[in-house]
Amino acid sequence: MLKWIFAVMLITSVGFGAATGNMDKVCNSALNSCVEAVDLFLYLLGGMCMWGGLMRVAEKAKLTDRLSELFRPFLKHIFKGLDLNGKAFHAVCMNITANLLGLGNAATPLGLEAMRRLEQEERPGDTTSRNMIMFVVLNTASITIIPATAASLRVRHGSAAPMEILPCVLITSACALAAGLISASALDASGRRKKK
Amino acid sequence: MSSYVIPAFIAIIMIAGLFKKTDVFGEFVSGAKDSLSAAFDILPALIALMTAIGMFKASGALEFISGMIAPLTEFLGFPEECIPLALIRPISGSGALAVFESILSDVSPDSFAGRVASVMIGSTETTFYTVAVYYGITKVKNTRHVIASSLTADITGFVLSALTVRLLLY
Repeated sequence: MLKWIFAVMLITSVGFGAATGNMDKVCNSALNSCVEAVDLFLYLLGGMCMWGGLMRVAEKAKLTDRLSELFRPFLKHIFKGLDLNGKAFHAVCMNITANLLGLGNAATPLGLEAMRRLEQEERPGDTTSRNMIMFVVLNTASITIIPATAASLRVRHGSAAPMEILPCVLITSACALAAGLISASALDASGRRKKK
Repeated sequence: MSSYVIPAFIAIIMIAGLFKKTDVFGEFVSGAKDSLSAAFDILPALIALMTAIGMFKASGALEFISGMIAPLTEFLGFPEECIPLALIRPISGSGALAVFESILSDVSPDSFAGRVASVMIGSTETTFYTVAVYYGITKVKNTRHVIASSLTADITGFVLSALTVRLLLY
């Protein structure tokens, strides 16, 4: 998909630039955007490493395990028919906690582990199981307590209060997640009815 | 009040670390090192997509497309500047980062559009990428309604980004 977006954007830019007479700007941009990308990357690098380091300490201090215990009662209502003492459910809880703390590096391997365990425990064959859908929807609706990247870019562009967005982020992600889960659950029920 | 969140968070982690007799400095450094290599993995994609978005914007094509979609989003109170971000967000994380950076270069981060873009980045995920990677390691071929439900979450997130900023920050 990205292959097409990338090519179409570049080709359209050249065509559009020619049509609107913006070619000198397009040319400048072709030469400069890569420099800006490295600039942005270097700017974000510090924050990424800082959070990565901090979260590693949180992990080793067992804070992530504690948090994951807190989410179990909530998560067990979402995952129906899953063995609550099984490895799949454990991996699910750990992945959700890692996501919540913004531990992108740790979350993906845990998420893959959870998908593999879910497949082993539920044996869905070719068609995804309901719990797999719930798990992926939980992961695609970001639930992060600290929007670190957004905050550091706000600082970069001179925001007076980089973290003022926090309440909005929390409410928005909670509602987005709820909408995703409700729609997944509703579509699952209607899918089943059609089958019968 | 919001400026207490991060410092308090850091203090809690440090206290918990010392309490559990963790080598807080050594672990911090090793975690930071892992993030360093993970960050380098996204650099090539960031260069590719920032070039594409930069040229697209410079040619006037981005403005043209946003202008076409604007009437649809206007009645939701969704700022025109954030339309490109909503389009790229579900597809590419680096692309979304590039668009976010470009929005903040055009408008102040404390303006309405700047705040909405920040909330969008903080509260949504790269849907298609996540679905592809997660189902990629299983044998599942038919993912049923997973894309529909994830996009429902994304769209809800976009609409609410504008709504919560309007209600809470003004």
